[in-house]
Amino acid sequence: ARMADEVLFQFLHNELIQYVYKSAEHGEMENGRCITRLENMGFRVGQGLIERFTKDTARFKDELDVMKFICKDFWTCVFKKQIDNLRTNHQGIYVLQDNKFRLLTQISAGKQYLEHAPKYLAFTCGLVRGGLSNLGVKSIVTAEVSVMPACKFQVMIQKI
Amino acid sequence: MAVCIAVIAKENYPLYIRSVPTEDELRFHYTVHTSLDVVEDKISSVSKALVDQRELYLGLLYPTEDYKVYGYVTNSKVKFVIVVDSSNTALRDNEIRSMFRKLHNSYTDVMCNPFYNPGDPIQSKAFDNMVSTMMVQVS
Repeated sequence: ARMADEVLFQFLHNELIQYVYKSAEHGEMENGRCITRLENMGFRVGQGLIERFTKDTARFKDELDVMKFICKDFWTCVFKKQIDNLRTNHQGIYVLQDNKFRLLTQISAGKQYLEHAPKYLAFTCGLVRGGLSNLGVKSIVTAEVSVMPACKFQVMIQKI
Repeated sequence: MAVCIAVIAKENYPLYIRSVPTEDELRFHYTVHTSLDVVEDKISSVSKALVDQRELYLGLLYPTEDYKVYGYVTNSKVKFVIVVDSSNTALRDNEIRSMFRKLHNSYTDVMCNPFYNPGDPIQSKAFDNMVSTMMVQVS
């Protein structure tokens, strides 16, 4: 049943991208708009998910404690693995590295589809931003891929 | 059983408040309002000294002559406040705990409802019904 769960999420995620792109016009401008739309969808889902995942956990000590939760518990619940590496400059920038990001594993590992990677990462960027936002941490989340299926998520905390 | 149950947003405005119908319903609103200072105090003091006490349940916030006020804070900083009658001595701590537990579970369901906009007043019937089961029944 767990295997089936994973596949369902991947299919749904793929369809989500298809749906957003098909219902949009073509052109460079539209690509950006689709990415934003996917990101916003992820944001709302992240808000809800984090509420559920933190229901039985103790209150967080600090920002780093929150980030560790995202890397371990949150990532395991959504992607069935942990983040492989978490780095921070201790000044509000965190880099989360996933060496085998679930939503990219079905895409050929070569350079051929590299340009399509951003749309497969937008929803997850929103997911992280939404989760953090609901825990009271405002941030900007971006992602980059150099070699598939590894990718890095950069979280920049917005200090108020 | 509670005489008043409230859910307060992280920005400290009410998302939901329900009390038993009485003459002075406003008084409950006032009680809940003043309890927020105690909640704030408890959360901030935890981060300073008592690092081990990071439980979501905050326990008794303060007793008044007629009521006891209990508090709970989710990780998303949403506050739950339950006011019970002081004369109700049969009510034990773990019963209060389980009431908060139910409240939190139900609130989570509201948050995960895609038709609910986070930060809006809670109008869910399921949530309302759950709260009803925890309120003192006035016939």
